[in-house]
Amino acid sequence: MDCGSGKDFGSSADSLIRADLHFVRASQKSKRRFVAVPLSPLPMTEGAQFKTASDQSLLVYFGQEVTLDAHERVRKLLHLLESEPIAGVRNLHPAYCSLLVVFDPLKLRHGELEAILSDYLRRLTAVRLPTARKLEIPTCYGGEFGPDLEEVARLHGMTPAQVVDLHSSVTYVVYFLGFVPGFAYLGVLPEALATPRLASPRRSTPPGSVGIADHQTGVYPFSTPGGWRLIGRTPIAMFRPDQNNMSFLKIGDHVCFTPISVAQFTALQNP
Amino acid sequence: MGVSISGAADPISLRIGNCLVGNPENTAGLEMTLLGGTFVFPEGAIVALAGSDFGARLDDAKVDVGTSIEVDPGQTLRLGPTRSGARCYLCVQGGIVVPPFLHSASTHILSGLGGFEGRALRSRDVLHIGSASKTFRKRTIAPHISEHLLPRKVLRVTSGPQLEWFSQSFQHSFYSATYRLSEQSDRMGLRLEGARISQPDHRAMITEGVSLGAVQVPPAGSPIILFVEQQTTGGYPKIANVISADFHRLGQLRPRDEIRFELVTLEAAQSLLIEQEKLLASEESILE
Repeated sequence: MDCGSGKDFGSSADSLIRADLHFVRASQKSKRRFVAVPLSPLPMTEGAQFKTASDQSLLVYFGQEVTLDAHERVRKLLHLLESEPIAGVRNLHPAYCSLLVVFDPLKLRHGELEAILSDYLRRLTAVRLPTARKLEIPTCYGGEFGPDLEEVARLHGMTPAQVVDLHSSVTYVVYFLGFVPGFAYLGVLPEALATPRLASPRRSTPPGSVGIADHQTGVYPFSTPGGWRLIGRTPIAMFRPDQNNMSFLKIGDHVCFTPISVAQFTALQNP
Repeated sequence: MGVSISGAADPISLRIGNCLVGNPENTAGLEMTLLGGTFVFPEGAIVALAGSDFGARLDDAKVDVGTSIEVDPGQTLRLGPTRSGARCYLCVQGGIVVPPFLHSASTHILSGLGGFEGRALRSRDVLHIGSASKTFRKRTIAPHISEHLLPRKVLRVTSGPQLEWFSQSFQHSFYSATYRLSEQSDRMGLRLEGARISQPDHRAMITEGVSLGAVQVPPAGSPIILFVEQQTTGGYPKIANVISADFHRLGQLRPRDEIRFELVTLEAAQSLLIEQEKLLASEESILE
């Protein structure tokens, strides 16, 4: 009986396998019974772990750390699933070290899907991913475009110019798209710039805002509430519904931010 | 790409409305939340309302939810505030025609994409209806179906992927508490007020994909049920997930409605879904 819980893959002492008793309330009309069900740890299959997310989805984990290796395995599995779709699978959501597979629960069961996915997992090493695209995001840092730049600099004992230099000196990998259409999770931000989110998110962040949070950086495609620290803005549209490739960035892209002036920003925005 | 599922908040009602007018189940219809609109059909139409009662009237005559009707050119269909659940669907024979976005007619409000110009409808908007046979057959949803769909105080859930991050005592609180929907609830998520649940663990969670109906718990401790326009990935731990069979209940919950959660096994969740689908598909579900 799978109740959706499983082995704790966190680091340190907590990662012992716990045979927790899980109380399942089975209500039969007005009668309630408490039934204790022992949990078993999840097996490893070809270096991945399966976990039920809901009655119509399951997570495939490649460990519990953000690494390029895990990222590559996520991309390879995604590539296989896109080129050889499984009947009944509706959606795929890649993330740092996991892939959420959403399916039609009337057509597929978790057990069946896990068996099919295990086959795909056995073929991962043979998958060749296309060469990464290299893209630039022209960014006007600071001023009204980057209201949090000075605070970020202050928090790290740096000048705003040093923050800009550091942020724009790194090539980032697009780990995945999520959150809202066209939002790319870029990593890894240099340790010296790692900054916690705002205590209270802004109610609205202007589209094109370039933000940082923890070890991530990214661009907000739309006006949404946001808790990331805004250090600049790009005139580039991150999501263009009228184009074939709606999202400017794709999973696996290599990206760097190129500092531009206000004048250049205006020129790029109004070609 | 980060685009959410979107679509009907109460998908069963949309399907029923479409069946009543003889459309394929997933034909585009109009979703009204808490308050309905006023519509005229210059060329006439065959329509049906499904979901909650919004006090609909066709000119002076009362219109029941759950039954197909003929509208003549010149007649006005008026709907007001809800008298029961949150949503009412207006289905028209032939469907509502909009340019598809990612193969769907649905609107995604946050990004302003899809549907009719990517936004909620406004006064004076003109919608086009697909071609239809115009043969009217009076169809009514069977009372036992409406009764089956009525309850929404209890949401059955399966365990979430981060269940073990929450202590036994917080899990117990979660399942015994009565929660109230806050006014900030919308198609992105249903925010709940009630017993706060925290993870004594305070592990930083690595962002992962989130499934529809996931109950996530941010640091402040008030659970949020992710809904049809939810973000596709998230970094908050998830204690539970609403079962597919109860998604339609989420679509009918209004601000200030009270709910509680009931844990079921994965197998039970699957059985409940299959049973519900059998019920809806049976020949006795629509009366002609």
